[in-house]
Amino acid sequence: MELFIKQLTRKYQHQATRLLMMLREVQAQYFYIPSAAIEFLTTELDIPRTQIISVVEFYAFLSTEPQGQYDIFLSDSITDHLLGKQDLTKYLCHKLKTNLGTTRSDGLVSINNTSCTGLCEQGPAMLVNGYAIGELTQTRIDEIAGLIEQKIPLNDWPPALLKVDDNIQQQGLLLSTQLEKGAAMRAAWRRGIMETLAELETAGLRGRGGAGYLTAWKWKFCYESVEEDDICNTEVHTQHQRYVVCNADEGEPGTFKDRVLLNNYAHELIEGMTVCALITGARQGFIYLRGEYLHLYPKLLAVIEERRAANLLGENIFDEYIAFDVEVRLGLGAYICGEESALIESLEGKRGIPRNRPPYPVTSGYLNKPTVVNNVETFVAAAHIALHGGEWFAQYGTKKSKGTKILSISGDCARAGIYEYEFGVTVQQILDDCGAENVLGVQVGGPSGTFICNDEFNRKIAFEDLATGGSFIIFNESRSIFDIVQNFTHFFADESCGFCTPCRVGTSLLKKQYDKIHQGHGGAGDLVELQEIAKLIRTASHCGLGQTAAQPILTTLERYPELYQQQLQKIDFEPGFDLDSSLEIARKLSGRDDEHAHLAQVEDD
Amino acid sequence: MPHIRIDGQQIPFEEGQTIMDAAMAAGIYIPHLCHNPEFTPHGSCKLCEVKLNGRNCSACTFPAADGQEVESNTEELNTLRKRITQMLFVEGNHFCPSCEKTGNCQLQGVAYHLGMLDSHFPHFYAQREVDASHPDIVLDRNRCIFCDLCERASKEADNKNVFAIAGRGINKHLIVNSASGKLGDSDISVDDRACTVCPTGAILVKGEAYKIPIGERVYDKQEIDIVSLETDT
Repeated sequence: MELFIKQLTRKYQHQATRLLMMLREVQAQYFYIPSAAIEFLTTELDIPRTQIISVVEFYAFLSTEPQGQYDIFLSDSITDHLLGKQDLTKYLCHKLKTNLGTTRSDGLVSINNTSCTGLCEQGPAMLVNGYAIGELTQTRIDEIAGLIEQKIPLNDWPPALLKVDDNIQQQGLLLSTQLEKGAAMRAAWRRGIMETLAELETAGLRGRGGAGYLTAWKWKFCYESVEEDDICNTEVHTQHQRYVVCNADEGEPGTFKDRVLLNNYAHELIEGMTVCALITGARQGFIYLRGEYLHLYPKLLAVIEERRAANLLGENIFDEYIAFDVEVRLGLGAYICGEESALIESLEGKRGIPRNRPPYPVTSGYLNKPTVVNNVETFVAAAHIALHGGEWFAQYGTKKSKGTKILSISGDCARAGIYEYEFGVTVQQILDDCGAENVLGVQVGGPSGTFICNDEFNRKIAFEDLATGGSFIIFNESRSIFDIVQNFTHFFADESCGFCTPCRVGTSLLKKQYDKIHQGHGGAGDLVELQEIAKLIRTASHCGLGQTAAQPILTTLERYPELYQQQLQKIDFEPGFDLDSSLEIARKLSGRDDEHAHLAQVEDD
Repeated sequence: MPHIRIDGQQIPFEEGQTIMDAAMAAGIYIPHLCHNPEFTPHGSCKLCEVKLNGRNCSACTFPAADGQEVESNTEELNTLRKRITQMLFVEGNHFCPSCEKTGNCQLQGVAYHLGMLDSHFPHFYAQREVDASHPDIVLDRNRCIFCDLCERASKEADNKNVFAIAGRGINKHLIVNSASGKLGDSDISVDDRACTVCPTGAILVKGEAYKIPIGERVYDKQEIDIVSLETDT
């Protein structure tokens, strides 16, 4: 093992910032992170073992306990549930003769749940040793179980099984054209740096992750930011390190448009990052790729190599001594790393804990240097703007939301997939296009967004109305609001990083309280309490995760108060302790499930 | 000199100070647990949340800026702080009457100050490990509130790296930097600042617990707001 770790640390040049990349390989080699490996890494990287342990315990795809040689993570997003995930989970466990959440005694296979894996339109989905498999059916599970029992290496599995489709349904401004390699960079360089920045401002491009900050301003602040001791140094822009980071960690359940952009438009993405580097003076860029998209990693590396060979990346871009390169770093299963400062922490080889702000990343980001963090789609749009100009882009969309938005459409509809629309499109238009009927409601922007019901379909996709990072999940009238909200509420409790009290404790309290009502044990007081906890988490949490964790509850309570009332017991008080369900362990141990093995909470008269 | 206003009271501040620094210097108490002026602010307990331009922010990390109108001692914020304190109580296992730290405990002191009469939320009954492996120091994780002060004190004051926080979400827990994970095998020593900085009874020096009788302890005599301002903690 010592030799393995020594080779590994050499491969990553003993850089502790690349700790996650190294731990990924340790996990793949031993199916867990042995404590001996932690000790060797401590020595080789000269960082405290506590930093390594805290990282191992933080990320979902690392484990301190041995996992199976085939390590399965089932995507547990609501979109997977809609497609029959729960029954398939039972079937899979039955086929492989093991239980969810455990490693089989022979060490061959382990099955766990994980949050949305980004195959929402081709679910139910799973990851096997990190690689995505979609469209699960009993037949496909039979095939997978067979391959595992025969110990066929994953590399030799039928490619059809591991194929991920793009499902582009509607192309617009960005998806319909692929730029000539280097064209946007050359246009920006010829036009001039400040002039290109002005074009970006004219375009009115706002961040596509959902928050909608003006991209031109972000880049400008990064360019202008000067470290305090260098204020007098006029050469500062050429001398100081800045970073360009692409947030390819789309973890919002129901979002998968970056998967498609990374698969087909990686040149445009890196072109956009390079334009950003020209403007800000950055020499190093990173693509922080979510671990669930491991299948895209080799492809991105190939694109980067191709661009280096063409002098579009590397030391001598345009032979003008402009240097910029891009490195891909993989995440390891943590929704919070989509938050830009948590992402930066993760890039530095640490737990993904959102930082205190100010300072913002544009002044103090990666390694405390000025850093631009933008979404994949933002960089792609920026590349197009650098080539075609701001006016061209600004003619599309609405006054406050320029250009187009790429939506990831999943759930109850005939044609799920990727749709690019001009901003300002109505929800009804989208529903018509994707063939959705008898719609109960739509979750716009994922769990952290808004649930809209069927009398709001005239609302528009735009920053001034329904802002979204791209997630658009459709529910038909056969679906239960309570099942949907419960899935989302559990998601936030699972993904809370635990840094601040309101989110750490609050999301778990909210989960318990919601389950109580969902199971039919809630009284009137419980609903009041639910709202109180929800509002507290929203106002008091440290970052966007906590501030939006109660959104599913608050937005559905607002729209369906009568449904919630019907869900309540007609008594004033219902104890939090459920006598019968607490006997479940005893029933399992004794193998009994007869009438006498159950107890009523209150004796019937 | 620039000024901010807290609850209508005008107070001066110096460049680089946070809202908390300015408030403490002016004799205004803002409840807090993870903050200690000796160490880099953390901003995690969220007890010191104040309202600035209608939005909540942590006073201990937010920079003071000229002309800020800050709300702090309001019913709304004090209720919020009480609920957050109750969250800390139900998350861990806190039995004040049998705890060695009673009367000297900041968590207990803040709870009294905020008028907390019950735990309000259902208890988690978390399984937490006690580590008595060190001859001079005991670590009782049941009482840990993840303020991170021991980690910061060990790094910043003791130039060591004894403590860290691991785990995610509600499974967060305090870990010790030694091969066995035990305090007894770490390089902590009893005169480290990390041994005395804990605001609760999670880290205690052995043999000290009852030197001062209950009833004559810090917060038995004075409320936490007065103690905090007098001792600058």
